[in-house]
Amino acid sequence: MLYRPLAALVAVLLALVLASCGEGDDTAAPPANSSVAAETAVAPEFPVTVEADNGPVTLEEQPDAIISLSATATESLFAIGAGEQVLAVDDQSDFPAEAPVTDLSGFEPNVEAIAGYEPDLVVAAYDPGGLVDGLERLEIPVLLQDAAPDLDAAYEQIETLGAATGNVEGAQTVVQSMRTEIDELAASVPGAEGATVYHELGPDYYSATSDTFIGSVYELFGLVNIADAAAGTDAGGYPQLTGEYIVSESPDVIVLADTTCCEQTAETVAKRPGWDQIEAVANGDIVEADDDIASRWGPRTVEFVALMAESLAGIGRP
Amino acid sequence: MAGVTGLRARLSARPERALRGVTLRWAVAAGLFVVVSALLGLALGPVDLGVGAVAREVVSHVPLLGVESSFSDTEDAILWELRAPRVALGLLVGAMLASAGAGYQGVFRNPLADPYLLGAAAGAGLGATIVIAYDVGGDGGLELRPAAAFVGAMAGVGIAYLLGRSVGGRQTATLILAGVTVASFLTAVQTFVQQRSAETVQEVYSWILGQLETSGWTDVLIVLPYAIVSAVALLLHRRLLDVLAVGDDEAASLGIPVARVRLLVVAAATLGTAAAVAFSGLIAFVGIIVPHAVRLLAGTSYRVVLPLSLAFGGGFLVLVDLVSRTVVAPAQLPIGVVTAFLGAPFFALVLRTTRTVGP
Repeated sequence: MLYRPLAALVAVLLALVLASCGEGDDTAAPPANSSVAAETAVAPEFPVTVEADNGPVTLEEQPDAIISLSATATESLFAIGAGEQVLAVDDQSDFPAEAPVTDLSGFEPNVEAIAGYEPDLVVAAYDPGGLVDGLERLEIPVLLQDAAPDLDAAYEQIETLGAATGNVEGAQTVVQSMRTEIDELAASVPGAEGATVYHELGPDYYSATSDTFIGSVYELFGLVNIADAAAGTDAGGYPQLTGEYIVSESPDVIVLADTTCCEQTAETVAKRPGWDQIEAVANGDIVEADDDIASRWGPRTVEFVALMAESLAGIGRP
Repeated sequence: MAGVTGLRARLSARPERALRGVTLRWAVAAGLFVVVSALLGLALGPVDLGVGAVAREVVSHVPLLGVESSFSDTEDAILWELRAPRVALGLLVGAMLASAGAGYQGVFRNPLADPYLLGAAAGAGLGATIVIAYDVGGDGGLELRPAAAFVGAMAGVGIAYLLGRSVGGRQTATLILAGVTVASFLTAVQTFVQQRSAETVQEVYSWILGQLETSGWTDVLIVLPYAIVSAVALLLHRRLLDVLAVGDDEAASLGIPVARVRLLVVAAATLGTAAAVAFSGLIAFVGIIVPHAVRLLAGTSYRVVLPLSLAFGGGFLVLVDLVSRTVVAPAQLPIGVVTAFLGAPFFALVLRTTRTVGP
């Protein structure tokens, strides 16, 4: 029971790509759909009021026509067993594969188009152009979940989704397994404490400080984030660094979150002028992360933490 | 004032000051400005290498002086592989944008003409966005960017010019309105293309904001030939631009092939703009600020405005880039933000002046 959502995830991954995905949990997982049905069997309590970034949100009945405009929320909804209640997801929600992708946009949402689906719950990560106001005026409940600043906030968002969709138990299971696995992984590489890290969002040197979710993951390992020197220069925690600053800081680890968008690899990084002087380049400590996993704060964070733990285990050895 | 040509004698109705070439005083000032801004650009940055140490490092490359550099390998790499190409690219891009602006102003006899208001930059932006978004020729379209930007820029200026002519002759406002119209349209198409390809939207966006962060000397070497062709072509036409200033009919009566000169100058200015935009994104206002500052200070003849715009444009952009990479160090600001921040108030001033003086 404890690992079922994770096992379901693994099953989906295995079906998707015919390669192993590193989780090592090869127990015969039931198909995702039957697992979902089992989870929702627990009698949900409605009406329920949950706390979101747009204040308290009350749901009179268990929603079964959910629209997710947040790629992270989509992953969480399917992981906690609310997948069958999801009616439509936005164009960025590319995981899991069975998510009903539409051309709805979470970045430039069109309230009319969303209302046309007659949803009974909308989950969003941003509120551009009066999205929340517009939907509330149509008496459609909206759950706004901004980018989580750290893991605890991310866990809380998953539990909120559980309460709002009547999947309290499924959400607790996901959070518990995430918490256990992430804590174990973080504790598995004590040698990484104090090493410096540069997180790259793009080849133009946009990075992330410790104020961001991804930054809080590095703090778990005791890593020192070189972008923190630029904290406060822009409100979002995503400053654009200069090449010469990165070279002079010579970080011990470089994490590339621009492998898909911008086709960056350990090889392209090593070819940048002057970068051969960087410790991480000399020792080959360049982590090629999946852009999407590294920019979301959902259940797949475990995969990112596992990748980091694996990479940090061999840090400093050329 | 030796060597007064027959041509110039026939233009003697024009004020004396407008006919003078670059004086020695201004030539020296321009040279000094370029050298000083380049040295400042090398000496200062988010990483403090020490001004004295940078000077010693530079001098140590001069043979026979026996000066030893105190730099480590890392400091050496920062100076020569990161900072120096950035300064060089700044010089080239600034010089191209400023001289292109001066060229447009001469050809269209319009003090407000600049690559941005004429639709050249927007067209270049659309061309470059298409090759980035659809990954034309692989490599994120890096190789084809200047060519695509040039085609787009020529189309932008061409349409703006034809639209302006068809509507209302050669009034200042008409051409600028036509340019703004074309630029808005092309920018809309560009935004559409950009939004349609989500994978490259980030790459396109940060390129648009403008930056001189280089991938080393390669970028500089790719831009250099475009810069040389554009600058030489513009400088060769500096006298003819003075004649064009009198009017098309007058110029034609002096035996000048007006249409051909106009086409050549527009092509040269657009080539420079396109190469600059392809590599550094949309850096606004340089094409307006610099030529007008030169006119206000040194004289209105294109024999003064063009060469001095080249020099001051290059130096100016190096200084602007210095601000953009140090003011929030170790982070950096997009250079387009800094030029617009400094340029907008200046542009307002130019507008006021041209309105009171009249075209």
